[in-house]
Amino acid sequence: MGKKVKITINGQPVEIEKGTSILDAAKQIGVIIPTLCYHKDLCVAGNCRVCVVEIAGQKRLAPACATPCEEGMDVLTNTHKVRNSRKHIIELLLSEHNADCTSCYKNGNCELQLLASEYKIMNQDFIHLVPFRNYTIDDYSPSIIKDDSKCIRCQRCVRTCAELQSVNALTMAYKGEYARVTTFFEKSMNDVICTNCGQCVNHCPTGALVEKNYIEEVWAAISDKNKYVVIQTAPAVRVGLGEELGFDPGARVTGKMVAALKRLGFDAVMDTDFTADLTIMEEGSELLSRLKKALTENDRTIKFPMATSCSPGWIKFIEHLYPEFLDHLSTCKSPQQMFGALVKTYYAKARKLDPEKIISVSVMPCTAKKFEAARPEMHSSGYRDVDYVLTTRELAIMIKQAGIDFARLEDMHFDRLMGESTGAGVIFGSTGGVMEAALRTVYELVTGREVPFDNLNITPVRGAEGIREARIKIEKPRKEWAFLDGVELKCAVAHGLVNAKYIMDKVKAGKADYHFVEFMACPGGCLGGGGQPIPTNPEIRQCRAVAIYAEDEGMPLRKSHENPEIIKIYNDFLGHPLSEVSHHLLHTRYTPRRL
Amino acid sequence: MKPITELVKDLADKHGRDRRNLLPILQGVVEQEKYLSEYSMFEIARELDLPVTEVYGTATFYSFLECKKMGKYIIRVCKTITCSMKGERQILLAIQDMLKIKIGETTQDGKFTLLETNCLGFCHKAPAMLINNEVYTELTPEKIREILGSYLHDKIIGGEHVS
Repeated sequence: MGKKVKITINGQPVEIEKGTSILDAAKQIGVIIPTLCYHKDLCVAGNCRVCVVEIAGQKRLAPACATPCEEGMDVLTNTHKVRNSRKHIIELLLSEHNADCTSCYKNGNCELQLLASEYKIMNQDFIHLVPFRNYTIDDYSPSIIKDDSKCIRCQRCVRTCAELQSVNALTMAYKGEYARVTTFFEKSMNDVICTNCGQCVNHCPTGALVEKNYIEEVWAAISDKNKYVVIQTAPAVRVGLGEELGFDPGARVTGKMVAALKRLGFDAVMDTDFTADLTIMEEGSELLSRLKKALTENDRTIKFPMATSCSPGWIKFIEHLYPEFLDHLSTCKSPQQMFGALVKTYYAKARKLDPEKIISVSVMPCTAKKFEAARPEMHSSGYRDVDYVLTTRELAIMIKQAGIDFARLEDMHFDRLMGESTGAGVIFGSTGGVMEAALRTVYELVTGREVPFDNLNITPVRGAEGIREARIKIEKPRKEWAFLDGVELKCAVAHGLVNAKYIMDKVKAGKADYHFVEFMACPGGCLGGGGQPIPTNPEIRQCRAVAIYAEDEGMPLRKSHENPEIIKIYNDFLGHPLSEVSHHLLHTRYTPRRL
Repeated sequence: MKPITELVKDLADKHGRDRRNLLPILQGVVEQEKYLSEYSMFEIARELDLPVTEVYGTATFYSFLECKKMGKYIIRVCKTITCSMKGERQILLAIQDMLKIKIGETTQDGKFTLLETNCLGFCHKAPAMLINNEVYTELTPEKIREILGSYLHDKIIGGEHVS
């Protein structure tokens, strides 16, 4: 504990650790100070000035986010001077902002709009500058739309891309009135090193960065009588969706979500968790086969660590920045794409449907999934495997458009055949979840016993630290896995691409002795994905993580290989993990993308 | 003229490979090339292990680091208030008339680029302009024709040298 200092805020005394910002101190005693450029995930920038406060004895106003408390400070947050300054700052921001709120995608969920409403900016004293600027909209990417006319240059996106993701697709360029957030040489987001992770979208306070939405396309498919529209729901959506529809963070709304999707008119509502379980079967088998080749056949072409391949942001990251390490990636498709490939083959056959008439939609916590679905190689079924990808936010919009009172819906179950899942599938939504799910299955396949952790909870791979490690010693394996006796399986988990970069640099330097590493592009894993409700911050991610693990513990089955529908699909269709059919439908290849 | 890769490497050897050494390296490239191309920025980013966007952000921030292909001679006419009051307009017109280019453009032969600049510190001898590193002051349309004429034939007549 650091030294404490005593200050007063609006006359109210507060004792607080030295170095705490005025903003945080005020929050503790329930004094709200408005912010725009400030975000809990990011370093302090102090550039929007909307959080200014008065400090007695100081002539100039101070930004509350960037001013540390000092002994005896007398802070005033609600004086005439403060209110006027804030109002002017908001007016100035609006004078450079395309405030066409009614036709903005972020209408109703915009921090600038909210402030303008709070401060009742009724008349504009400043000249509106947008008509004089030559703004263009970049909508070339399948995932993200960037509209500079709505940018307030708070630089949250720039900091997000640099600090959380170390991708640096965005930067501040030029100066003064020409200063703007842009990419290298103002290229389209689609043409630069961008992973489409959407963290910039999630952190943008206005409508300057939004996901490309496919709401109308999906409505059109639903109302087309000739189409059979199937939807799959990603694990993290069920613990985020509620936030958009009036629930507190961490609400588990799985049953209501299914009910809502059925009311929206989807012909079949099934679960990405099913293919998450399938991923574990394939990826776990792949890990074991790699270990076998390396340990018994001394095959030096086998690369360790094997890296997970579920996160499309991570995949594009490694394709761009570490293209020489693509052999490390598991060849398994992500659960979304496995589902897509199966729905137009296995499901179509079983339900006697013409795959050409199936429209396969997914709802994902992710914007990179939109890019993934559009990859040219994702046509294993003979058709585009996943036609449309919606984010959690887009689904919430559709539910509102349909006039559904979400809170009053009765829980419903996923449809059969590809709707059954286990706790192992659910935890895919959290950082560490794929690793935990894989270990539960792999350990049991090899030894015939459950993983040696209390109630199957592999706690070392859980948590919020950027990189976590775990070691599991394999003892007394079954006869066919005798070569693994005494082998210590070394695993690591990384989330947020800045941490992925840290591990990849270690791999590059030959200093990573892991067997298996789980990589997730977004902080917190999918539950903190770029397509999740806004805001997403450390506390909210924590709530969603608690919900995910509660969902896991509440499941009757918690190991992927026990899922009856998984057993059925191997019996009826795939044969066995890594079979020829599996290879054709469930595995993929990667593209080096140097720029 | 050194190839860019070699130039960047030499500059990095000379100035260092820290983030703070970016600016002198950018200046070094501009000295030879007159501008910073995408390729040269990639090379600098690689050499210094910096994000290429950071190189771009820095380059666009500074007025004398151009990011577009420039002519052999970059003319920068001062647009600040004193020069503007002392006839900057006529100077610009004279240049545009003679070279048939507008502000921001480069002549087809790649010889001249016309730009405006902020105060050069020659208010007492306004109007003023720069051609590469030479300052020309107390300009008149006649003087412009004389000066540009000498550059056209690559017989440079001296201005006041700044450095």
